[in-house]
Amino acid sequence: MNHKQWNRRAWLQGCAALLGMLALAPLRALAAAWNKAAFDATKVDAALQGLGAVQVGPSRDIILIAPDMAENGAIVQIEVESRIPGTEAIAILAEKNPTPLIANFVFSNGAEPYVITRIKMGETADVRAIIKAGGKYYSVAKKVEVSLGGCG
Amino acid sequence: MADIKIRATIKGETTEIRALMIHPMETGRRKDDFGEVVPAHFIQLVTVALNGKTVLEAQWGTGVSKNPYLTFRLKGAKVGDKISLQWVDNKGQSSSQGAAVQAG
Repeated sequence: MNHKQWNRRAWLQGCAALLGMLALAPLRALAAAWNKAAFDATKVDAALQGLGAVQVGPSRDIILIAPDMAENGAIVQIEVESRIPGTEAIAILAEKNPTPLIANFVFSNGAEPYVITRIKMGETADVRAIIKAGGKYYSVAKKVEVSLGGCG
Repeated sequence: MADIKIRATIKGETTEIRALMIHPMETGRRKDDFGEVVPAHFIQLVTVALNGKTVLEAQWGTGVSKNPYLTFRLKGAKVGDKISLQWVDNKGQSSSQGAAVQAG
């Protein structure tokens, strides 16, 4: 009798532990995918290397819209559109930020290579968009004058 | 939760998705009024799906502004389709919100 109860308890505990692991699994899988090497990089070259963008060529088929001047570096709106066929991803960097890589957007299943977001800029610098298309990398940059840095 | 606002509007063949997430996006470099460094707290991953199928996967660092704003475009959606957005931050916290595609 006692033996039977103990077995049931052990089985229930086992089930609870398994359910707990299953519930956590999707978040862990997502968190593991974050590109720590690229985002922690303090130099543009290292950030690009982290992204896998070793050879980056110029392109006229990238539209990068950023203000000429930003009074407040805490909120700088950036718009990027790629007209390069087969564009898979758009990354945005602010070259003089303590960690230059700001965001990397990966498009799939009908999403267009177009994004608007707002970034922080520590000081006047080039904002750079890196496009990944067909396994190759292309880039364009625009200088943004920052009056008041917003990297805190 | 009310910390994500998301809207999807269709015009012709293109659906525009706009989202605003309420999040402090702390860099880990800012000091508070007492001179103490505020620990980094920022969204790292954002996933947007159309009817459960991923259309955008974004990875963010600390350089995305507080209360992040995002717009992107999509082809192949119909009025009534479900758009959903989920984020996960560096502390493992997460949030999600959905919206139906509306006629523009």
